Amino acid sequence: MSKRYNPDVDVPEYKGRYAPYDILKEGTIALVVVLILVLGLAITFGSPDDKAITLQTWSKADPVDFATTAFNELNGTSAVAGYGPPYNTNGTSQHFGFISPAKWLGVHIPINTARDFVVTPLESQPASPTLSRALSQWTAATSATQTSWLSAYSNVSSKASFTGDQLVVPAAKDGPVPVMINTLTQMARSGALDQALETSKGFYTTDFTKPLLFLSDGTYFAGLAQKGHLLGTQWGMMNETDSYPGQAWLWLYTFWYQVSPFNTSTSADFLVWGLMMILTAVLVLVPFIPGVRSIPRRIKLYRLIWREHYRDL
Amino acid sequence: MSSTVDRQWTTRLRKRVEGTLPPEKLLPDTQPAYVASWIYVFGVLTLVAMAEVIGTGVILAIFGPQWWHVSSLGHFINSLHLWGVEVFFFAMIVHLWGKFAMAAWRGGRSLTWVTGAVTFLASILTAFTGYLSQTNFDSQWISTQAKDGINSTGGGAIFNVLNFGQMLMWHIVLMPLVLVALVGFHVILVRIKGVVPPIVENPEVGQ
Repeated sequence: MSKRYNPDVDVPEYKGRYAPYDILKEGTIALVVVLILVLGLAITFGSPDDKAITLQTWSKADPVDFATTAFNELNGTSAVAGYGPPYNTNGTSQHFGFISPAKWLGVHIPINTARDFVVTPLESQPASPTLSRALSQWTAATSATQTSWLSAYSNVSSKASFTGDQLVVPAAKDGPVPVMINTLTQMARSGALDQALETSKGFYTTDFTKPLLFLSDGTYFAGLAQKGHLLGTQWGMMNETDSYPGQAWLWLYTFWYQVSPFNTSTSADFLVWGLMMILTAVLVLVPFIPGVRSIPRRIKLYRLIWREHYRDL
Repeated sequence: MSSTVDRQWTTRLRKRVEGTLPPEKLLPDTQPAYVASWIYVFGVLTLVAMAEVIGTGVILAIFGPQWWHVSSLGHFINSLHLWGVEVFFFAMIVHLWGKFAMAAWRGGRSLTWVTGAVTFLASILTAFTGYLSQTNFDSQWISTQAKDGINSTGGGAIFNVLNFGQMLMWHIVLMPLVLVALVGFHVILVRIKGVVPPIVENPEVGQ
């Protein structure tokens, strides 16, 4: 018994006419057309190149925001400090029910923001009596004492200002914290903090994880992105700076972040990725999914594509 | 002697290739008459746009990732690279949905569809790592945003979008190798199986 014919899977043997077809000529013409098109677009529009920002750029443009972020790194209250895997164990990994691959895989890029972003860079500075004393005081203190200093600084940090090239905060029982934050701010403004973070693994480096994480914790970086309509709430992942077309093919991925329940979920990234993986599997496996593979036959766009063929029947 | 030669791996491979993909299939000079629509152009447009992107990418690679920031010629080559990518994706997506509308997996062409869809996904990853390799504000912002999605899947443990060196290697070495292999396999499958015929609801009626 022969297999039943399925129009979504099978094709009858083609016994119709054949026409001359010069595959090399078609390829050559296509190449010339694409080259002319791309050349025209490149000459007319060019390409964007907004300069990368540095910790120096940031701390010079908005020293108070930098100092506030630096304090949050020391205090363990920044986004990265409480991120969770793969950076640390301080945060809750994104999950769906009991499914949490990030938690299962654990910490692979260990980041201790107080140590990596504040204390170690300060220790790399040329010794000055004030800084040496502050660092000695910090490292010798108990955890409880450090917490009390951080708490005291936290109470006055909202009144911080930057005047006379110095970070000024109201007096409080905050031990060495003001000296540490002020020195780190001066270090950033000189460019030394960029160097310290970039070369923390040695002279040759191509890994910018630490400075990028530090940058992302401040509001200055996000403010620049907002001006360039690059925030997640602005369909940012598919946008390019200066209104150039970006990764428009990511529109569906970006779309989910704009709608409920994803735009309010604390596990939005994991949920969107999970959904996109399911949709991607559907795309790849279309030929094997009954119903989905029938869609072309239902929408009948093929009648337009092969209109001459059907007309000649 | 001849039986010894016939049993050689080389001989068997050659005969297998000759049987599966004879020259008239590899470089056909005729096509079924139904291959008469503009939609067919987008497959070859995707291929030549990819060639343009690889060509301009090679020039950028010769001079290094910072060159285009300091050279007007480098910036122009980068513009050609960027717009080549945009044309590549436009052509590829039209090609993809055109093939969907034609149910192009029919007649034993499922693997052709699967390789095409996987190529689309690989292209997205290639372009994404390219955006991360620009060494400018855009790559800084995209990397810090994208890390959350990738980290949430656990992928951040091995694929660190904030590590410029890793992303550059993926963009200029690993993904081009994967893409060229996928596209080559896809095109060979198209040549072996031929262009899918029009949909026939009832083979006894003919349409």
